[in-house]
Amino acid sequence: MPKLHWEDFQPGAVATYGPRLVTREEIVAFAAEFDPQPMHLDEAAASVTMLGGLGASGWHICCLLMRMIADGFVLDSSSMGAPGIDEVRWLKPLRPGTNIRIRTTVLESRPSGSRPEMGLVKFSYEVLDEAGNCLATMASTSMFGRRQSGARA
Amino acid sequence: MKFFEDIQVGDVFDVGSHTFTAENIKAFATRFDPQRFHVDEAEAASSYFGALCASGWHTAVAWMRLMVDHRRGLEEAARSRGEPVASIGPALGFRGLKWLKPVYVSDTIAYKTEVVETRRSKSRPYVGLVSLRTTGVNQNGEAVVTFVSTTFVERREKA
Repeated sequence: MPKLHWEDFQPGAVATYGPRLVTREEIVAFAAEFDPQPMHLDEAAASVTMLGGLGASGWHICCLLMRMIADGFVLDSSSMGAPGIDEVRWLKPLRPGTNIRIRTTVLESRPSGSRPEMGLVKFSYEVLDEAGNCLATMASTSMFGRRQSGARA
Repeated sequence: MKFFEDIQVGDVFDVGSHTFTAENIKAFATRFDPQRFHVDEAEAASSYFGALCASGWHTAVAWMRLMVDHRRGLEEAARSRGEPVASIGPALGFRGLKWLKPVYVSDTIAYKTEVVETRRSKSRPYVGLVSLRTTGVNQNGEAVVTFVSTTFVERREKA
């Protein structure tokens, strides 16, 4: 039985996960495989781009966020996935050697209209560096199984 | 790719397709999204999805690789004609991403990207902002993923 269900995500709840060191090697490896633009692969090429130096692919930041919340709480929950992502903003470059943390805030919680065994939770996520600068934000809604089905509750 | 001034709303790019295999679904998910329905066939069979399916992030990231390769092809063609090549990126983010249907083993997703908005940057006169609507469609013609991303594109006129 997973520990966390829909009922456990109350609006206003804040949690922080990490830190997680992001290395140059993994930034370059992700980019080589999924986003081979020079600004994610090579310092000299990146220095003349608007990124102003080597920085992680924005998609890599999303994938790191996903993995950190998976380890942080999703794998220990009745997660049923997500129907999508409302918005992601890449605000500042993620540089090699940064220790990132993820701060999650529960914005909203509601039962599913069509599935009594499911509830929806809207989260905001912030990707923070050691100094507390926000590198990226994400807003999305996730689906979780309910501890007590709405039909019986 | 073209400079900001050369990009029109309605321009469409067929960026290519990607086939999702059990191996690449599980390899991606093990690294970034190890939920049971993305990493284990038996667990997936008893889940809401009914079978192993790709992480939604995988379905988006597959587009990025195809788009970068597509753009590189256009850039090489432009260079061979002796034309200048515009600098693209970084992206500012994306919005309205919807995972419309699960992507299962052996599904082939074809991605199409359309220019939906162009505007000049107020703070950076040397670039413009281009918003792209990307949609991935499976072999049965069903849309499985869609989102709108926004990126910086170099302007021909820097003033």
